[in-house]
Amino acid sequence: MGFLTGLFWFVAVIAACMAAGWLFRTIAIAVTPKGVKKELRTAPLTASFGMMVIIIYIIVAVFAPLIAPFPERMVVGPEYMPWDETHLLGTDNLGRDMLSRLIFGARNTVGIAFATTALAFLIGSILGLLAATVGGWLDQALSRMVDVLMAIPALIFSLLLLTIFGTSVITLIIVIAVIDSTRVFRLARSVALNIVVMDYIEAAKLRGEGLWRLITREILPNAMAPLVAEFGLRFCFVFLAISALSFLGLGLQPPMADWGSMVKENATLIAFGDITPLLPAVAIALLTVSVNFVVDWQLHRASGLKE
Amino acid sequence: MTKTSLLSGGVSRRGVLKGASAIGGAALISSMGARKAQAQPTRGGTLRVAQAHGSTTDSMDPGSWENDFTILQAHTRNNYLTEIAPDGSLVPELAESWEASADAATWTFTIRSGVQFHSGHILTAEDVVASLRHHMGEDSTSAAAPIVAPITDMAVDGMNVIFTLASGNADFPFVLADYHLPMLPSRDGEIDPMTMDGCGPYKIEELEFGVGATYSRHEGYWKSDAAYFDAVEQIVIHDAAARQNALISGEVDYIDSADLNTVHLLQRAPGVVVLSVTGNQHYGLPMDTRAAPFSDNNIRMALKYAIDRQQLVDTILNGYGAVGNDHPIGSGQLYYNTELEQKAYDPDRARYYLAQAGVDSLDVDIHLADAAFAGAVDAGVLYSETAAAAGININVVREPNDGYWSNVWMQLPWCGTYWGGRPTQDLMFSTAYETGAPWNETYWSHERFNELLLAARAELNEDLRREMYFEMQQICSDEGGALIPMFAAYVGAHSDALMHGEQVASNWRNDGHRIAERWWFA
Amino acid sequence: MSHIWSMIAKRLALGLLTLFIVSLLIFGATELLPGDFAEEFLGQAATPETVAAIRRELGLDLPMHTRYIEWLTGVLQGDFGNSLSNRRPVIELISTRLGNTLFLALYAAAIAVPLSLMLGILAALFRNSFFDRFSNASALTSISFPEFFVAYILIFWLAGRGGMFPSMASFRGDPSMAEMLYRTFLPALTLTLVVTAHMMRMTRAAIINLLASPYIEMARLKGMKPMRVIVKHALPNALAPIINVIALNLAYLITGVVVVEVVFVFPGLGQLMVDSVAARDMPVVQAVALIFAAAYVLLNLTADVLATLSNPRLVHRR
Repeated sequence: MGFLTGLFWFVAVIAACMAAGWLFRTIAIAVTPKGVKKELRTAPLTASFGMMVIIIYIIVAVFAPLIAPFPERMVVGPEYMPWDETHLLGTDNLGRDMLSRLIFGARNTVGIAFATTALAFLIGSILGLLAATVGGWLDQALSRMVDVLMAIPALIFSLLLLTIFGTSVITLIIVIAVIDSTRVFRLARSVALNIVVMDYIEAAKLRGEGLWRLITREILPNAMAPLVAEFGLRFCFVFLAISALSFLGLGLQPPMADWGSMVKENATLIAFGDITPLLPAVAIALLTVSVNFVVDWQLHRASGLKE
Repeated sequence: MTKTSLLSGGVSRRGVLKGASAIGGAALISSMGARKAQAQPTRGGTLRVAQAHGSTTDSMDPGSWENDFTILQAHTRNNYLTEIAPDGSLVPELAESWEASADAATWTFTIRSGVQFHSGHILTAEDVVASLRHHMGEDSTSAAAPIVAPITDMAVDGMNVIFTLASGNADFPFVLADYHLPMLPSRDGEIDPMTMDGCGPYKIEELEFGVGATYSRHEGYWKSDAAYFDAVEQIVIHDAAARQNALISGEVDYIDSADLNTVHLLQRAPGVVVLSVTGNQHYGLPMDTRAAPFSDNNIRMALKYAIDRQQLVDTILNGYGAVGNDHPIGSGQLYYNTELEQKAYDPDRARYYLAQAGVDSLDVDIHLADAAFAGAVDAGVLYSETAAAAGININVVREPNDGYWSNVWMQLPWCGTYWGGRPTQDLMFSTAYETGAPWNETYWSHERFNELLLAARAELNEDLRREMYFEMQQICSDEGGALIPMFAAYVGAHSDALMHGEQVASNWRNDGHRIAERWWFA
Repeated sequence: MSHIWSMIAKRLALGLLTLFIVSLLIFGATELLPGDFAEEFLGQAATPETVAAIRRELGLDLPMHTRYIEWLTGVLQGDFGNSLSNRRPVIELISTRLGNTLFLALYAAAIAVPLSLMLGILAALFRNSFFDRFSNASALTSISFPEFFVAYILIFWLAGRGGMFPSMASFRGDPSMAEMLYRTFLPALTLTLVVTAHMMRMTRAAIINLLASPYIEMARLKGMKPMRVIVKHALPNALAPIINVIALNLAYLITGVVVVEVVFVFPGLGQLMVDSVAARDMPVVQAVALIFAAAYVLLNLTADVLATLSNPRLVHRR
């Protein structure tokens, strides 16, 4: 019985998500200009759903103060209040409104994660492609440097750096981005290594194409697929990094709300079957899945497969 | 450190000064008697204790002990000269009796004879001297160095050890119950601080720091009605949820600290008993009284009225504790000032003091980490919310847990702290409030307070002494730099198969860390 | 082939250089951390006199470079020194924990690597089907939960009162292999959930990336079965990025599992490293950092060698 009910809800949720995705795509196709329209028609339901979620997150993040029923840091009642009409999702470990914290959390978490991942990819992929293309001593120097940085476990390294440089949002972004960029570098370099031995690169070199053009016009488009796939994952790893850092007492400064720390703060409740700590975790998961659905769609287009 | 102090239970100060074993012995017997009356302890079983603290970098050296793992290990493996009984009184352990000179500067301790170590060695007076000397001297690396520093000389006379102190101290026998000072076997006047030997109730079978330890019962133990378990196991479980899971699933019998956020849920688990012991452990937010703006007492008073103490006790401690009144003396202690007005959240009064200081709003940073006390950062967030109503803008800066005690505490003007408390009022005040004391975390200096402290230490008249301690608490509360919003109970939990005496000691966690010796399985 | 051998030799030499620089970096960073061993050791109980005494006794008052050179000389002679805090030889402290860490890492890898390769290939084969979306979404969900959270959920379901598995993975004495596999099942499962998605998605992406290539088109036009096309033709050419990601995740399983160790009470190297950093216990920090770095260097080297072997163009590079 329990299994059947579970299955029913599972199917119902998936159906609802797909329906929402379809609705979103229909509306989006109706309101967007011609060029985009054509693109959107190729989007599968999963990608439409993903785009919808991302847009909702962005709206929530931008308009957080207008949407949230209570201020980010206000204590509105006793801790761990159950769900009711005033506090739709109850209160957290200090008696702050859970829903409002989640909404403000969207702003802080998504903003920081995006900035961090973008920075990491900027550094990592440029250096990685450069190393693979130029080769020689530059490749050696960069690769060895990255080797050294990667040989130190990420969590412990960021713990060291953040303790030394302090824990402002900017240092947090830079430290995580630098550590993450080493992973991107490695991937970009290894993908590009396979490309630079291709004949068309040889041809481009013979044509006398400059280094920058070679990288951006010939190598990058062909290395894009694995890099984009990696972007989707790295994006969500940033949440986890912040969460793990708050496990060690080094996350964002209070009373800022971020989902990673919120999971940590309420996590012990799960041992008693309370689902409150699942909420921020689900918020992270939903965004991760959505981003990756969209990434998959783009990946599929990039691969040139027609089916 | 203890809920009830030195003189509770009608034992007079002069009695302890004489230190006759009769008095201590009476206390010992009565507590044993009470235990027997309640339930007959039975031998057997393996006690499995899960502990929240304990690091791979711990050491066997008694001078380095500082966390619950090492201190529980200490009391399971070792004995001390004196013992703090469950009711907070001082009773003899390896010292049979003691006597002080009239000025309390010379103390003669008679050492119990025939006490056997796990290795078979028999305790001598030389062992006592060597065990204490380990913490003394210029090259001492012991955390206990300041506590034993007043001992200027130790002489052996048969089974007697005669201590000469730099100045009179009526509380000296209490000092010897400190967990850093176990009695270890000596050779040529020196102990091996890394030894695993001891004369306590259990002997170490296996020990790995940061992981755990196993013990078996010491069959030659000199106390006949103690140490009921056949074996003891200590397990370090840092994660609160994992610790509670281990108890609920029956993989351990006792956890030394419960997560206060969810303790109400833990209580509902079948077969689990939550044990809360209110002692003198208190959480504080010390202000550096030399630094602006805290150098102005009006600012300090404004901050003291801008904190909602009851809310902190309810939220941070989940009700397991009591509000504090900005002095370190617990309500169970003998000279607790019952006439002192309890400070409460009062934004108007806070504003009044701000006006007295000549400002109408205030911006301050407070530097906190959960290393200071569990929930410190959250406490700061709650505080900043209530203080805002009084025109005080408190900016909570979360500092890394790592290195908190060396970089933040006593380094930045406003931070967080915790104290386990001390067994006597004098020890507490002279440790952290006397001018120039190494741990005077507020850098506070109050002439009248210092005078009273010295006078009370040597005062034998009960009423005069009470008056002095009352005034000291008053001064501390109204002029001190320590903001002490709450006293926190020790909250642990155990399986309902585990039994303990009528009274559970409140000087430390784990029944004064003597759980292995005092508890039993039903 | 000689090209490969010389590459291995060169990389091993470079690996040693990496280890040297890592030791310098870790030493420097630990020095830069506020507070030294003496202060951390005494914590709240520190007084200037005792701090000074400890520094004198352990030679911490010597200048930084002197201490580093002393340490390095010892290591070059095979002596990793003693832990500052409990004076035990570092080798002794580390050996059992290293065994535990490797055991757990191999256990998790033995589940995760075949699983993610299989799922990745199947997802590429049935791309855009319900199976693809579903396995993708569940893998993504499992990695978007923090490790400790996955662990709590598994404990809640599979351990607890009357549960099938113990919530504590620690064991004493000399347990049998089966017992060890049983007791460490939950941590291994947690780690599997944490690393599978990454490897699976890379497998899928790398294969799909190749499916539009003319030679795959050719194979398909010849009437080859889709599964065979993927395993025979696409996979070998997609190996480089896949191996790369596998190596990264294996390194992670060895070096980055401190949170899982804490939740499951598993005595591994991660906890030792974090404790030692907190205590500024330099010899232990350095030794563990070197082990982590060596593990990373070796896995990396293996990945590069395999990736090179998988690409004939690289083997016979001009």
